[in-house]
Amino acid sequence: MEMHKAKRVAIIIEAPMERRLTEALKAADVTGFSILPVRGGSGRSGDWSSEGQVGRAGGMLQVICIIRPERLDAMLEGVFAVVERHIGVVTVSDCEVLRAERF
Amino acid sequence: MRGFIRDGEPLKERRVLHSSMDCTKRSVTLSEILDLAASNLVSPLILSFVLGAFAALVRSDLTFPEAAAKAMSIYLLFAIGFKGGVSVAGHGVDGALGISLVAGLLLSALLPFVAFGLLKLLTRLDRLNAAAVAGHYGSISIVTFVAGTSILETQGIASEGFMVAVAAAMEAPAILSALWLISAGGKGRMDGHLWREILLNGSIVLLVGAFAIGMITGEEGLAEISSFIVSPFKGVLCLFLLDMGLVAGRSIRDSRGALTAGVFVFGVVMPFVGAAIGVMAGLLIELSLGGVFLLMVLSASASYIAVPAAMRVAVPEADAGIYLTLSLGVTFPLNLAIGLPVYLAVAKALVGG
Repeated sequence: MEMHKAKRVAIIIEAPMERRLTEALKAADVTGFSILPVRGGSGRSGDWSSEGQVGRAGGMLQVICIIRPERLDAMLEGVFAVVERHIGVVTVSDCEVLRAERF
Repeated sequence: MRGFIRDGEPLKERRVLHSSMDCTKRSVTLSEILDLAASNLVSPLILSFVLGAFAALVRSDLTFPEAAAKAMSIYLLFAIGFKGGVSVAGHGVDGALGISLVAGLLLSALLPFVAFGLLKLLTRLDRLNAAAVAGHYGSISIVTFVAGTSILETQGIASEGFMVAVAAAMEAPAILSALWLISAGGKGRMDGHLWREILLNGSIVLLVGAFAIGMITGEEGLAEISSFIVSPFKGVLCLFLLDMGLVAGRSIRDSRGALTAGVFVFGVVMPFVGAAIGVMAGLLIELSLGGVFLLMVLSASASYIAVPAAMRVAVPEADAGIYLTLSLGVTFPLNLAIGLPVYLAVAKALVGG
């Protein structure tokens, strides 16, 4: 079966920034992405957990999108403007997809 | 101190009367504070909160599903908003509503400046963190407000129904004041998204919307749904406070090193400073005993939902560990257990009743 090369971008960011990030993705013509809750973890400021957060302020989420390699730079530019000052992690990895026309 | 000096009495006698009555009043107030505090501490509401805090501190696996906690908060906001609207429909809209709203807006906008000054006095927080914390203390905790209305109900004290609208009005201005305090230090940050998120956040929309529905449908509307929003109210509030106890307990448990002694003292002192300013405002605009008390509660409470979310967006450099721990782990439990009875006793002493 033929596989096509793509880039998988995973962004962990503070929950209150969700709308700003998804709008930046859409502005960069990224129309396909998934948003996942993050249950907890550990970082520079120590352990944290989503358990018992009363508002969105203390929560985090992960946005995952898969795009064609040639569109990566434009997308990251838009994303960086949103995440620059905030807690979070942006990772880019290689992946392969079956149906290239979808990305 | 109204009504203490009778006209026509010689000045000397008046002075004696004044001072002796002041003494009586002081002792009544103190015993009343103790009585109220004692009965408040053994109420189902506080004991539920204590249970939650205890469970969190001993690391029990007791948890509330996030959706259940959210549903309870929606229920409480709807019920309190609706009942406030019905009360206003019964008494009619008058100038007091407008004046109280303006007072609420001003309190919310100005309290952060007082808090900021106090923080500068008591702590070594930098301008950014001090302003972020200050913003929380101008805004309000609706759960503390709901607990306050519950105490009034228990004691059979009436209050202005529109205080719910005042609560909604006090959510947002403090955020603008905090951002102003920060921008005065050289960094500006406010965008259209944030405006919308602040002014149309879910709890404001629900509270004001339910208030409007209550006003429009009045007593008849309340009669239709009272079995849902009146009778179970305190039971739901107990469960919600159990969850808040868990949240506050976890916040205290995980706060290792987040708060310095000065910051902790601020979290204890500021509610009483806020309440003192609130009582002056309440007396100035001539609210009833219940109204003055609720304005004190609103001025004393600190936000832990709307303001933290706004601060994470606008001031990500500020340490959320400080402002969330302070408002959730220090000020909220303090207000609930000690603040509310003290504010009510003070309001009773100053307004009478």
